Amino acid sequence: MLIATFGFFGMHDIVQIGVFLLALTLLTPPLGAFMAKALNGERNFLTPVFGGLERRFYRICRIDPGQEMDWKSYLLAVVAFSLVGLVALWLFQVTQAYLPLNPQHLPNVSWDLAFNTAVSFMTNTNWQSYAGETTLSYFVQMAGLTVHNFVSAAAGMAVLLALIRGITRKSTEGLGNFWADLVRMTLYVLLPLSIILTLILVGQGTVQTLSGYAHVTTLEGQKQVIAVGPAASQIAIKQIGTNGGGFFNANSTHPFENPTPLTNFFEVLAIILIASASVYTYGKMAGAPRQGWVIWGVMLAVFCIMLGVSLYSEYNFHPPYVSTPSMEGKETRLGVTNSILWEVTTTVTSNGSVNSMHDSLSPLSGMVALVDMMYGEVIFGGIGSGLASMLLFVLLTVFIAGLMVGRTPEYLGKKIEAYEVKMSVIGVLAPGAAILIFTAVASVTKVGLSALNNGGPHGLSEILYAFTSCAANNGSAFAGLGTNTVFYNITQGIDMLIGRFVPIVAYLAVAGSLAKKKSVPPSAGTFPTDSMLFGFLLIGVIIIVAALTFFPVLALGPIAEHFLMLAGKTF
Amino acid sequence: MKKHLWDSIKMLLVMTIFTGIIYPLAMTGIAQIIFPNQANGSMIKINGKLVGSRLIGQNFTSDRYFWPRPSAIGYNPLPSGGSNYGPTSDTLKDLVEMRRKEFIRLNGLPSNTRVPPDMLYASGSGLDPDISPEAAELQIGRVARARGFDLAQTARLRKLVQSHIQEPQLGFLGNTRVNVLELNIALDSLR
Repeated sequence: MLIATFGFFGMHDIVQIGVFLLALTLLTPPLGAFMAKALNGERNFLTPVFGGLERRFYRICRIDPGQEMDWKSYLLAVVAFSLVGLVALWLFQVTQAYLPLNPQHLPNVSWDLAFNTAVSFMTNTNWQSYAGETTLSYFVQMAGLTVHNFVSAAAGMAVLLALIRGITRKSTEGLGNFWADLVRMTLYVLLPLSIILTLILVGQGTVQTLSGYAHVTTLEGQKQVIAVGPAASQIAIKQIGTNGGGFFNANSTHPFENPTPLTNFFEVLAIILIASASVYTYGKMAGAPRQGWVIWGVMLAVFCIMLGVSLYSEYNFHPPYVSTPSMEGKETRLGVTNSILWEVTTTVTSNGSVNSMHDSLSPLSGMVALVDMMYGEVIFGGIGSGLASMLLFVLLTVFIAGLMVGRTPEYLGKKIEAYEVKMSVIGVLAPGAAILIFTAVASVTKVGLSALNNGGPHGLSEILYAFTSCAANNGSAFAGLGTNTVFYNITQGIDMLIGRFVPIVAYLAVAGSLAKKKSVPPSAGTFPTDSMLFGFLLIGVIIIVAALTFFPVLALGPIAEHFLMLAGKTF
Repeated sequence: MKKHLWDSIKMLLVMTIFTGIIYPLAMTGIAQIIFPNQANGSMIKINGKLVGSRLIGQNFTSDRYFWPRPSAIGYNPLPSGGSNYGPTSDTLKDLVEMRRKEFIRLNGLPSNTRVPPDMLYASGSGLDPDISPEAAELQIGRVARARGFDLAQTARLRKLVQSHIQEPQLGFLGNTRVNVLELNIALDSLR
């Protein structure tokens, strides 16, 4: 008798999760230390390889990497670069029929879908209203999407570096140079990791070719057209850069994107690795490693809670007409545990790639994905943007703790005053407001509702998930929702822009204000921010903000669905 | 702002050439040299004809072959995808009940047989090349009958299925599974 493959959670599953967490923990300090060096322009072991190239980049662009920018100049550079990228990517798509490397002769992309996709990749969201293999040419995938996978991640990291400098520097206006941060992140961190992952993926079966699609005759004599393409090089950076936009429509469920359990392991690790390491980088740059470790500990704790809830729900709560966990939307080679591990990892970060269809998950598992994105992806989070948002929560926590004891709050020697708190609140709440307003509009209009693939509370969850994913710059989907319409392409585009740029303004404004301040030595009244107590307070603040904002809508969507499902209701 | 915009255009151009053209082309070149088979889709040829990819599932409906999982796209990869039916979907409930009944009826199994979930639910990609070993075992009887196998041949078929079971990778990653296309190709040369 064979052992049931998908039926229960056992030792095999614990080992897979354990090895993942162990690998993540062991790789965090060395990569974090390396990034602290490389991103500040210090000599490192890759300087002999990329140093010359880096200098050439600056020379061609006539940029002085040593020129300091104040917060407004830094912000303008980020916005200008994003704007130019947006326009270029839009133009590539609407003219792809006239451009090279289009062996399938795919037509030009419609203006609204091109807008949605361009915003999506520029903001590091990578929402897929497009289906890669039937919409985009190899040229757009390479020179368009792949480029933005690199630079949107690097821009996110750059903004974080500026915020860290704002916190750690004293009495200055300068937050570093955006161009230098962008180039160093791309060359020293993203590119080497992408090259390694590409080779692992291809070795296991991910395609990497410029040939057109393969026409085969199956054993039963049917015709099958198999889509191929230069996929591995794009999938590597899609995972590493917390991007998530698939080469193929089915993303990493597709056997060419994620051929084996081994590629699955490296892809899911790649999602979270840099985000995790950057917390260590922060501790190192702040000269206080414990500050980094406390934040990292908070992240890991929340991650494990979310993973536990989602696994429990998926294994135990399924419709009464089946006696086993659902395999709908899941792949045989990966199974339930790997699907859930990926689901939680991709939503705590801003990756958004999927190796199972989130739309078909049990209601509470789907809710875990929603909640991960709703608290703003501060648990590891997107590259740069995750820790930056977390630091806003840290400032809010310091402020709230200060209120409780009636003292002026300080963080790492900097006084936290009304301006920083105001900016932090704006940065934390703006995406939430966008999510709720857009979801409400879509839920009561015909154009919004006609896209639904499921009825009942799950329908609301589909709409809610779409706008949550976009505002959080995540990009994963309850993919049944047919969002390739003018209404969704445009509203989601705006949603993504709010979710990306309002927080960026907040990070940089806070950075600029803190950089100007003098440092005050800690006194007996200073609340230590490298303690367990602070960690618990921080978790509390994150949960309260998310719960106050989103509990009502979650009750109407996934929570209602959970109870209706157990009662055997279908829609 | 003007200077920033100008710098942005130059920087995007340099980045596009480097990460959008040189990087993917270099990777394509290296992949084609080191892993030519994988990089081109792990294609399988029989007598010089392409019959499919080891990694991409294909539709089998004949009783003479092992059947793959249900697919929301009928194994047509343009484009790939799942059903995206949620757990409270009417349609999904009906589909699962229909698939359970059909699997039992068409394979001539006892009506209380526990049909493995991979045979009840469609995959995420719609192209899943694998099924669980249980799902393969349950189909042996039907395939043997359709091919008119005697007892000795059926025993060899059972062995063939056993030999196609892939254990978790490196001993701990992923699930035990059977690649349907590879099994069916081997089946055709079973005497």
